[in-house]
Amino acid sequence: MNPESIDVLTAGTNLVPAVEMFGITKRFGDVVANDGVNFHACVGEVHALLGENGAGKSTLTNMLTGIYQPDAGEIRLYEKPLRLTSPRAAIAAGVGMVHQHFKLVPTFTVAENVVLGLSAEHRGVKFRRAAIERRVAELSERYQLAVDPAKKIWQLSVGERQRVELLKVLIREARILVLDEPTAVLTPQEADSLFVTLRSMADDGRTVIFISHKLYEVTAVSDRVTVLRDGRNIATVDTADCDQRSLAALMVGRDVQFDRRVGTHVRGDSEPVLIAANVDADGDDDRGALHAISLSLRAGEILGIAGVAGNGQRELGEVLGGIRRIRSGNIDVCGKQQTCGDPVAFAKSRVAYVPEDRLGTGLAPSLSIADNVALRSFRAAPFARPPFIRRRWLRSHTQELMSRYDVKAPGPETPIRKLSGGNIQKVLLAREFESDPLVLVVASPTRGLDVGAIENVRSLLVTAAERGTGIVLISEDLDEVRAMCDRIAVMYEGRIVGIVDGESADVNTLGLMMAGAT
Amino acid sequence: MSINHNLLVEVAVSGMFYGTPLVFASVGEVITERSGVLNLGVEGMMLMGAAAGSWASIHISGSNPWVLFCATIIGAAAAALVALLHAFLVVTLRVNQIVAGLALTIFAGGAGLSSFLANSWNLAAKPAPHQFQELSVFGWKNAPIIGPLLFHHNVMVYFSWIVVGATSWYLFRTRAGLHLRSVGESPHTADAMGLNVARIRYVNTMVGGALAGVGGVYFSLLIVPTWVDGMTQGRGWIALALVIFGFWRPGLAMIGAYLFGAFASLGLTLQARNVHISPDLLDALPYLMTIVVLIIVSNSGARKRLGAPAALGQPFIRDER
Repeated sequence: MNPESIDVLTAGTNLVPAVEMFGITKRFGDVVANDGVNFHACVGEVHALLGENGAGKSTLTNMLTGIYQPDAGEIRLYEKPLRLTSPRAAIAAGVGMVHQHFKLVPTFTVAENVVLGLSAEHRGVKFRRAAIERRVAELSERYQLAVDPAKKIWQLSVGERQRVELLKVLIREARILVLDEPTAVLTPQEADSLFVTLRSMADDGRTVIFISHKLYEVTAVSDRVTVLRDGRNIATVDTADCDQRSLAALMVGRDVQFDRRVGTHVRGDSEPVLIAANVDADGDDDRGALHAISLSLRAGEILGIAGVAGNGQRELGEVLGGIRRIRSGNIDVCGKQQTCGDPVAFAKSRVAYVPEDRLGTGLAPSLSIADNVALRSFRAAPFARPPFIRRRWLRSHTQELMSRYDVKAPGPETPIRKLSGGNIQKVLLAREFESDPLVLVVASPTRGLDVGAIENVRSLLVTAAERGTGIVLISEDLDEVRAMCDRIAVMYEGRIVGIVDGESADVNTLGLMMAGAT
Repeated sequence: MSINHNLLVEVAVSGMFYGTPLVFASVGEVITERSGVLNLGVEGMMLMGAAAGSWASIHISGSNPWVLFCATIIGAAAAALVALLHAFLVVTLRVNQIVAGLALTIFAGGAGLSSFLANSWNLAAKPAPHQFQELSVFGWKNAPIIGPLLFHHNVMVYFSWIVVGATSWYLFRTRAGLHLRSVGESPHTADAMGLNVARIRYVNTMVGGALAGVGGVYFSLLIVPTWVDGMTQGRGWIALALVIFGFWRPGLAMIGAYLFGAFASLGLTLQARNVHISPDLLDALPYLMTIVVLIIVSNSGARKRLGAPAALGQPFIRDER
């Protein structure tokens, strides 16, 4: 540890500025991601950076970690103006980043990942495995970040992977820690233990900058909050002086409703439209991803599928949507057995699927809105008079859908990739709803959307349910499933560990189930 | 007849003799691919190395070892320059790696730059004035079995063993090797950890090219030994297959190279013993073997499990917006 860092680590007062960013502006083409943002964080504090998706949080911190360079503005660390021209420069200046999508090499061990790119510590060409593993073990004990240094990353749980990220930052003696939505992949309990770790790091004299759009986390862990909206900084406030409602108003720019339950109440006697029995399926890596999945969905019901990312929800969505094969088991739609992995057959049985990956599997980004609308039903009337597509009809039909679903775009010929996230999702939902589905499988339908679009999408789903469509809603957002679902199934390691009633489910019980406790 | 003229020993020895250029080329390609760069231009680089090495052996004067040393270095350097072009295309300009590699083979290969240079240097049909000789290490060349197998090779064979050992050590035991592999597995991670992805890819693509060049020199100064247009006869492609056969590990790639060499020379060995099997069939054997092996190891996503670098063939772009 160099003398300078000891000074700072022992200072421990809240008044020493650690990070100062003045008038930061960053453009990507025509989009202004940051517009004259000012941001200040002190030594020893946990400082939350709050804002909606697209508000410019990640862009701002990426300039602190040397990934982007600002077009205008100045960055000072510990009152010294600096140009952080690369990740290496930022690391050297004491900034450590824990990315939302972990930056880890899956085939390397924990120790190898921790020391990757580390130069100061180990002179000479040889990689001293034993010494490095010892050092990593020491660090993980000191900060109670339990993880086996000799294990490969792919063998670890998501929570453990995050600890490796934290160890990477700690071994580099970073004095400024930036965490980008660190709880997105954690259960509520894992998140709580992360908060304890973050607090102890701040108490050691580090500065923790914590990016989030979840209000309860911000109020739970931070000392101060800076709110960003549309690329500008709106306010910096002491967390003690505000509550979730006032923060939400700052974040969105208007008053928002909380915990409003929008779910429908399914009629107890309605017929099951979808039954899955004992379904086993493989993941992309040929290892089992789903084990003995059994569930049933009634007409007009919204069934939530909750869980920490990577526990089989994506694969379940693909199976129910008809695009993934299964190894054993049965899927019936309205009493008719389905051929799994045959999307056309599923579509014929009136199963609609809205994937999480909207631009990869949902829509063709370079094609026009009209062409994308036609993608599901182009084979037959009214879309086609085989072998020809009815272009003129398609155009007016698309126009009508765009006004009905409130898609904002210049016209039906606009390529999908030019639309905003919310409008993209609306096109996708419009296409799937128009096939008049009996079963609708939707995965993370509101991820990445702004508050207005989220309300829009949710009310579309509720409308569909009221018309009698059975909806499977896969989401990692516990608030969302609790607000919308009649029942919630929780997945852990490819199994459904339990199904609870949507109205009475509380976060703690769900969190324990997401961690595998039954 | 001594035990050293046993058929198995003879096949093994000639397998090593003919397999050695493949050892250089495939180990070089292992290094390149471990950094995430697929260089399909091995054939072209070998031919450039062969032409440049041949030129050097004619135009440099001095003692035999000195000339051969220089020729090897010059052959390696020529091939490394071709590899540099590939690195520029795929790392800096982010051209599709398969297209760039194929273009490189056409550009430098049998009917391309190597032939053109060799023609204008008048290399053809001139036997190389300096050639590699077989050594008798410790004078043990006549020791039973281990004599011909271990102690009676040309210096290039011994050099290839050093290269294989050094490469294994480099890839799996050094920090530079760790960095190299991280760039091939997850360039975004490497970048976030402050490594220079482009530089690491450039350097290792050129190292791989240089080794392919050494493999080419082995043809023009040892096997043939003179310049013939397209003299590597598709061995560059075999080297690419051996990388997969060897699961991206230098030692296994060497074993594959010797197997191929043994099959390739089987016809000559059998002919010398008056065993009559259609020579066409024997000539086709090594290629058949390659196809069979590739089918086996490429089956059902084996690539992933077998250690193909995860980012192989993918350009690295930091600003993903």
